[in-house]
Amino acid sequence: MHPVRKRRLIFVGLILGAVAMATGAVIYGLQKNMNYLFTPSQVLAGRAADYRSFRLGGMVENGSIVRDPHSLKVDFTVTDGDRTLPVEYTGILPDLFRANQAVITTGRMQGGTFVASEVLAKHSATYMPKELAEAMAKAHAKHHVVMPATAGGTP
Amino acid sequence: MIPELGEVALILALLLALVQCVLPLLGAWRNNAALMAVARPAAAGQFVFVAISFAVLTWAFMTQDFSVAYVAQNSNLSLPWYYRFSAVWGAHEGSLLLWILILNVWTVALAAFSGHLPPKFAARVLGVLGFVSVGFLLFTLFTSSPFGRLLPAPGNGMDLNPVLQDPGLIIHPPMLYMGYVGFSVAFAFAIAALLGGALDDDWVRWARPWTNFAWAFLTAGIVLGSWWSYAELGWGGWWFWDPVENASFMPWLIGTALIHAQAVTEKRGGLRAWTLLLSIFAFSLSLLGTFLVRSGVLTSVHAFASDPRRGVYILMFLGVVVGGSLLIYALRAPKVAGGKPFALLSRETLIVIGNLMLTAAAAMVLIGTLYPLVGDAFHLGRVSVGPPYFGSLFILLMAPVVLLIPFGPFARWGKADGTALWRVLLIAGAVALLGGILALLLGGDARAVLGTVAACYVGAGVVLYARKRWREAPAGRRYPAEMVGMLVAHAGVGVFLAGALLTTALSVERDVRLDPGQSQRIGAYDFRFDGVHEVRGPNWTAQQGRLTVLHDGAVVAVMHPQKRVYSGGQVQTKASVSAGVMRDLYVALGEPLGDHGAWALRLYDKPFVRWLWFGGVLMMLGGFITSGDRRFRARNARAMPVSGTATLAPRESAA
Repeated sequence: MHPVRKRRLIFVGLILGAVAMATGAVIYGLQKNMNYLFTPSQVLAGRAADYRSFRLGGMVENGSIVRDPHSLKVDFTVTDGDRTLPVEYTGILPDLFRANQAVITTGRMQGGTFVASEVLAKHSATYMPKELAEAMAKAHAKHHVVMPATAGGTP
Repeated sequence: MIPELGEVALILALLLALVQCVLPLLGAWRNNAALMAVARPAAAGQFVFVAISFAVLTWAFMTQDFSVAYVAQNSNLSLPWYYRFSAVWGAHEGSLLLWILILNVWTVALAAFSGHLPPKFAARVLGVLGFVSVGFLLFTLFTSSPFGRLLPAPGNGMDLNPVLQDPGLIIHPPMLYMGYVGFSVAFAFAIAALLGGALDDDWVRWARPWTNFAWAFLTAGIVLGSWWSYAELGWGGWWFWDPVENASFMPWLIGTALIHAQAVTEKRGGLRAWTLLLSIFAFSLSLLGTFLVRSGVLTSVHAFASDPRRGVYILMFLGVVVGGSLLIYALRAPKVAGGKPFALLSRETLIVIGNLMLTAAAAMVLIGTLYPLVGDAFHLGRVSVGPPYFGSLFILLMAPVVLLIPFGPFARWGKADGTALWRVLLIAGAVALLGGILALLLGGDARAVLGTVAACYVGAGVVLYARKRWREAPAGRRYPAEMVGMLVAHAGVGVFLAGALLTTALSVERDVRLDPGQSQRIGAYDFRFDGVHEVRGPNWTAQQGRLTVLHDGAVVAVMHPQKRVYSGGQVQTKASVSAGVMRDLYVALGEPLGDHGAWALRLYDKPFVRWLWFGGVLMMLGGFITSGDRRFRARNARAMPVSGTATLAPRESAA
């Protein structure tokens, strides 16, 4: 074969191989690390049953935060205005975590309790993550719950 | 009255930007020197008006003019002046204005330092930059003017987001934007070259210092952002694969590929089409980054939630820029000639492999970042992609690049000498092995050993090549700036690897509950919690903890982490860091527990964490040094020939 052709062929082969490898790795990586977001209603309806680990989103119910006095364990209840789910977490809560605020937790169900490994409440008092607002919209429409605005937040 | 002047100045700047875009491009097409000559004065005029507009907004912040809605939302009577200054770019509207100002700084610099370029080419470059400026000025004026009034004016402002009240935030956005916007220059060079059709290699030589300069700034911006999130956000991490971090990282990866591809194109004429394509990609990803951050489509620490018009506009602008430039590329690229042939074992091949891996990494980050949007659009459920996806794939894709770094400078253009490369592999491998054994003896785990091995390997490669130049090249021509830049940046990669992998392996992180007087052992250190008292700042009050850190009974640090409550009611954790070359001690207050003064505390011992930022700083320095090489300022290639022969001329070996 002509040396230039041969060189090109090797290069094309290299590129195709790299692309195939990268595509495979990306698909595998995505499958392993995808986290779905559910609201308490969806979880209780069994929508999250197929997932070992998922994200639970909603509002922290007023008066539900209970700190264990001797450890970093904390219990609270997440609500979407329709159904509620108890959450257990051990660690330090974010600055913006408080009652009646939007929260997204990552973890898994153990019995009837959601055991969170991560709690996120990154947004300011008037801002709710768009994805969470949409997920909760149905429950709120039904119960006429006053929701924080979805716009106007700062980082 | 004064804020309206800012708006008027922006409108005048828009008109001048239109002039700067249309007339020179027309002139270059029609061969009309008078039209082309408009470019420089128009650029200068536009800069003046944008600067006026920026100064007006700054003035509004300095004088606390709360009748300006943007000031009322982002300032407060008790906000110190330096944060009022940085509050100018503390939210969406002002940061757009900063973007435009920086674009104008780049354009004026280009207008001033482009005397050596052919007039037609310079006119096209400035015209393309004018087009970008038109896009951003229209965006600002129609969707995001920072000069909107709020009447009646409130007595006090809402205050700057406390997360942004940090010295790091004063310089982080300008640095990042210098990088982002800087790629518009590389983009303009590429488009001008495509428009002109004269696809020789001169344009690449002119584009190289600008690209390296922009890349260095982007590196600085990313390093600062990483350091800021470590020191400020109170989580103690240095990289979170957050969508906004990814938005700045993708242009960096493509930019890294670009500065290497440019070297090949300039010196050997190869990869011309690829270099053009990368120039377009780097800028497109900068625009996409702006879109991701500013439209609020992705949930992120930085996302400025805003009205959808903004997102739609940026998306349209992105479509015009990417679509238009790819169309020009498709029409012109087939005419691009190939460069000098090269063997399978050559520096070109190594750079091609590195480029492929960097591009693949950028694509991987892009897919992971956009996947939640795609999943949402196709009703696949609300998903987020976890950091392990990015982390593991990134290491997988970058490992081959790290493996190749020492060989790059040793491999000759065209055809490399296999035995020389073997020698490099043997020596660098031996050094790495020694480092690994040492790390193992010191009791490091697998990741610590890997970090030491990688750092020793890359470092040995750099030292070997510096030594080779010292012995073989004639005095005075041993280290041209371009080569020094490369060596410094590659050394930076080694230092970064050591820092990143060692800190990941050796860090001890504990969240604990401590009563006053109680101690907790973290690694080799005892952290004693001495209690909390209240302190006051200009616009906040804080619970300030006091921790005494002891090592073998001797006090090594007294630390004061804070939990601040700002006048607007926002709570903000201020971590306390005792920094050191070999280790950082890091303490953050969690929350009070019970009634007896006990607190939840984050206590971290983070060895070598500084190294990863120092590595980034070295990479940045490498970029700056390279862009200062005198050779790039030569008017034409013939004046300073680029050697393509196998003899070892100094500039031949610099990558």
